Amino acid sequence: MSAKTTPKKRVKPAASILADEAKLPINKDLSKEEQIGFYRDMVRIRRFEERSLRVYQQGKIGGFLHLYIGQESIAVACASLMGDHDHMITAYRNHGHALAVGMGMNECMAELLGKATGCSKGKGGSMHFFAPDKNYWGGHGIVGGQIPLGVGLAYGVKYKGNTGSAMAFMGDGAINQGAVHEAYNLAALWDLPAIFIIENNGYSMGTSQERSSSHPKEGLAARAEGYNMAWENINGESLFAIRDGVGRAIKRAHEESKPTILEIHTYRYQGHSVADANAKKYRTKEEIDDYRKNHDPLNVYRLYLLDQKVMSEEEMKEIDAAAKKEADDAAKFADESPFPSVESITEDVYWEADNPDQRTSEGRLFFND
Amino acid sequence: MPEISYRQAIKDALAEEIERDENVVVIGEEVAQYNGAYKVTEGLLERYGPKRIVDAPISEAGFIGMGIGASMLGVRPVMELMFWSFAYVAWDQMINNAGCVRYMSGGLINVPIVIRGPANGGTNVGATHSHTPENLIANMPGLKVVCPATPYDAKGLMKAAIRDNDPVYVMESTLLYGTTGEVPEEEYVIPLGKADIKKEGTDVTIVCHGPSVPVALTAAQVLEEEHNISAEVVDLRSIRPLDEETIINSVKKTSRAVLVEENRPFCGVDAQIAYTIQNKAFDYLDAPILRVSTIDAPAMYSPAIEPEQLPKAATVVDKVLSIM
Ligand SMILES: Cc1ncc(C[n+]2csc(CCOP(=O)(O)OP(=O)(O)O)c2C)c(N)n1
Repeated sequence: MSAKTTPKKRVKPAASILADEAKLPINKDLSKEEQIGFYRDMVRIRRFEERSLRVYQQGKIGGFLHLYIGQESIAVACASLMGDHDHMITAYRNHGHALAVGMGMNECMAELLGKATGCSKGKGGSMHFFAPDKNYWGGHGIVGGQIPLGVGLAYGVKYKGNTGSAMAFMGDGAINQGAVHEAYNLAALWDLPAIFIIENNGYSMGTSQERSSSHPKEGLAARAEGYNMAWENINGESLFAIRDGVGRAIKRAHEESKPTILEIHTYRYQGHSVADANAKKYRTKEEIDDYRKNHDPLNVYRLYLLDQKVMSEEEMKEIDAAAKKEADDAAKFADESPFPSVESITEDVYWEADNPDQRTSEGRLFFND
Repeated sequence: MPEISYRQAIKDALAEEIERDENVVVIGEEVAQYNGAYKVTEGLLERYGPKRIVDAPISEAGFIGMGIGASMLGVRPVMELMFWSFAYVAWDQMINNAGCVRYMSGGLINVPIVIRGPANGGTNVGATHSHTPENLIANMPGLKVVCPATPYDAKGLMKAAIRDNDPVYVMESTLLYGTTGEVPEEEYVIPLGKADIKKEGTDVTIVCHGPSVPVALTAAQVLEEEHNISAEVVDLRSIRPLDEETIINSVKKTSRAVLVEENRPFCGVDAQIAYTIQNKAFDYLDAPILRVSTIDAPAMYSPAIEPEQLPKAATVVDKVLSIM
């Protein structure tokens, strides 16, 4: 077995790849504004990530920084389909999902810098963004550990009698964790409106999918067969194809309360994290260049919008400039924000320690001295 | 007051909370149709139906993680572990997810989950089924751990655990399920973090929790009857939060302390208690603090020998006599 994946060969030229899928029922009535909105959302994610890479290189971000560049179509397509009771939860590569559901660049960038103004008050860092008010249950650092939580969100939706779903995202490496399989079983056994989304970028750190997963020839999602669950393969290059497939899964969740596994084929251009010194060793330069040139979801969408005359180059430049400025402003905001206080270390550990007037315990001691 | 069993007390707590709050659900292996491996949930399925009492497949990481996720959305799951020894299979969920989410989200998310089930040895089920992980959990910030010793405590603490907005891990004890005690008919809740003086005394403080409470009480009786020594027995009830005040006040009164627990001694709960006493009541001590723990090896199976491995009342008596 080869250690390297070969890029998937595409038959159609980039500009027309979305044209067919644009005619699908879920996409055909999209307004011009909506289509431009998707473009803006993808550009914002990319510019945010590029900006955060620079900030990291300036030594201002601690720990890991897992960039989502190359995968933006997935978070944007999925977020575009969320209603009142649709939820999202994902792994540590979570900035794209966070921005897609509407979190602000300021709070996200400030979190990367460990500032008190960060979305998690500087306590979560790059891997742990949360916005429960936006049905976004965060980024989680243990590979696969978030998937049972996603099933729990689906359980909560169903328990409370709501029509909704929970999208639980993971990488192609995560699918081999036991907790993921337990979660699959529970979702299928109990008819929970869970949607498992495998963002298959071909690699888990430096290990290619070929070297990590035994699976049916149809792919990773096809393991669903063993759980009597619906599944689909989706081309992540195409925002419209993702909306179509995820839309079907959401419909299944809403109308039948049944789970689905989706495998979305995508790619990441950067290393596993910015600290990944071997980023170029486990795959060829040609492979990365080919993806960037021919399969980049942002560029494919851009060419489609131009082709269809939804937007002009000029308008795109404006969006790009605005996103860059927003990211620059966020970097400035983050820079100028204060660090958390030392006292805040022991806040947010216990609910009742933070709500002393409503506490249920007697005796004080949560913290030792 | 009527006398009921420890098992019944827990069941009554579950039933009352299920009736009080529509978000409370009981989930675990064999809790519903089979009526509970230890019969704690017997009859609940019949009374409350399959929406509230849910049988889970044998997949602790999966269903405990699912409970945590559901609790983030406002469900209040009471998860049963068939044995606390199986918690390790779900350790990632219980510690990384339940214990850290509130912190990592800067307080945006609460995890109001209860994880409960039998712990401890003494039933000759061997090393893999006799664990006492309260010290491991108490070491993890964000989690609470409660070890009730009597039916009265079990009911009141369980109700508090279910109403608590943080994850509370309740360790029951297999050996205690059949024990009985007085439990009032009217509703009551025992706040977590409040120790209970199970017997007043003036000469020595015996600190204990869970299945070590009856051991300590037996020792106290022997000390009184055979040696004319008045021992005060302090039952921690809750390991975290910990009621330091009650322990310290008792030691100030008696000037001596013997600590009894079913944990192994190395990094056990009592190591923390001993530190607390020397830190806050050093000047009051007239003797070294002594400990009685489980002999430091995996649980012995042999029914003839296992009792020798666990804390014994006779050892507690000897230790007390050695410091008088
Ligand atoms: C339980 C666990 N094991 C190992 C790691 C270290 N680790 C972090 S990310 C990663 C690779 C995961 O790859 P994949 O699931 O494909 O996601 P991707 O990074 O491609 O988005 C590894 C091994 C971890 N965080 N958690």
